[in-house]
Amino acid sequence: MRMTYTQEFKDPEISKALVARIREKITCPLRLMEVCGTHTMAIFRYGIRSVLPDTLTLLSGPGCPVCVTAQKDIDTCVMLARRSDVILTTFGDLMKVPGSGSSLAGEKAKGADIRMVYSVFDALAVAKENPDRQVVFCAVGFETTIPTIAGAVLTAKAQGVNNFSIYSANKLTPPALATLMETGGVDIDGFILPGHVSVITGLDAFVPFFEKYRIPSVVTGFEPVDILKAILMLVAQKESKAPGLVNAYARAVADTGNPKARAIMDQVFEKADTIWRGIGKIQDSGMVLRESFHKFDAAKKFDMPVPDTREPAGCDCGRILMGLKRPDQCRLYKKSCTPMHPVGPCMVSSEGACAAFYKYSR
Amino acid sequence: MCLAVPSKIIEINNAVAKVAVDGVVREASLMLLEDVGIGDYVIVHAGFAISKMDEEAALQTIADMRRILDLGAGPD
Ligand code: SF4
Repeated sequence: MRMTYTQEFKDPEISKALVARIREKITCPLRLMEVCGTHTMAIFRYGIRSVLPDTLTLLSGPGCPVCVTAQKDIDTCVMLARRSDVILTTFGDLMKVPGSGSSLAGEKAKGADIRMVYSVFDALAVAKENPDRQVVFCAVGFETTIPTIAGAVLTAKAQGVNNFSIYSANKLTPPALATLMETGGVDIDGFILPGHVSVITGLDAFVPFFEKYRIPSVVTGFEPVDILKAILMLVAQKESKAPGLVNAYARAVADTGNPKARAIMDQVFEKADTIWRGIGKIQDSGMVLRESFHKFDAAKKFDMPVPDTREPAGCDCGRILMGLKRPDQCRLYKKSCTPMHPVGPCMVSSEGACAAFYKYSR
Repeated sequence: MCLAVPSKIIEINNAVAKVAVDGVVREASLMLLEDVGIGDYVIVHAGFAISKMDEEAALQTIADMRRILDLGAGPD
């Protein structure tokens, strides 16, 4: 049989046996957090919540890039889009996120030149096609995305594309997990760690976090067998009081990650404090351009007064992505906040907990 | 945003690969990945190949699971 890397990991026979084993093993209530938004989507799409025992709760974590983007960053992107010399480029998810006053979609409707791209290289191509305009890419992403942005910056530098710059709201995963553990009231028994962040970072990046908190942690993929396997491992670790840090996604994740991607990322970016929506400032959790790349830094290139921002009243996104609340416990959920008219970013992004909850729980 | 489905490399020109998944062909930069060639399966994220799939590890995972779950060797 030729390996497809997906079909084999959807095997219903294995999935069923995993569910049975989870039900056998679990003796007390457990709360597990899937950190990554792609896991949240997969868990809903495959109906995994509905086959798990009632005693097992899955929480969506801070791993949806759009959901954790601070209001200030959205507002700054809106301000950039309003400049007549700028073409703003971004991944589609960011468009509808409401800022304090407007969203990128709203600005586009009013005539701003905003273009959705699939890859940061598409943004670089826009810059080459429009040498008399400034092309800014709004970079919101985690370790999976940051090396791609670094790659584009290096390419821009090598090719002398000086009208290209990025606005970096990039974020790193391990510091956010540590913050969750330090926050009072957060009650998590184990983590399903992000598969494609780990492709880059390797298991190694989570070692200091694990050593400090000794909490069950499993890296896994996005098929039903991957997710159920990770859940079974977390249940077993918890039940036997033997927490571990395990790679259950060996077909894609090397323990040492992808060193080439990391080298490119570290050549271009350095760590800095950054603000996560609803959580606040987390030390060394952001990635900003190093000094030698300041030419490509929109925050340095354009004189932008730091806007006064406020997060939408009544939106519980922050508490939801820390596992303190479920989407349907937000009083705006399904009332004034729907995917058509989102109040907060967790309802905008397809990876957002509120959007996934809305789409699948009816 | 993250296409979790591995794609097969069918062509390479100047560190840009043509990859196919379910009959759809797209381009992916190979800038972030070492040692990949035609026929390899890779994970593509936002236009970049970021990981090469390890066939041996995949087969091992499935075999281990069937063993642990007491399920026979499975279809072949
Ligand atoms: S339902 Fe809407 S308002 Fe409530 S937390 Fe989610 S995104 Fe925010």
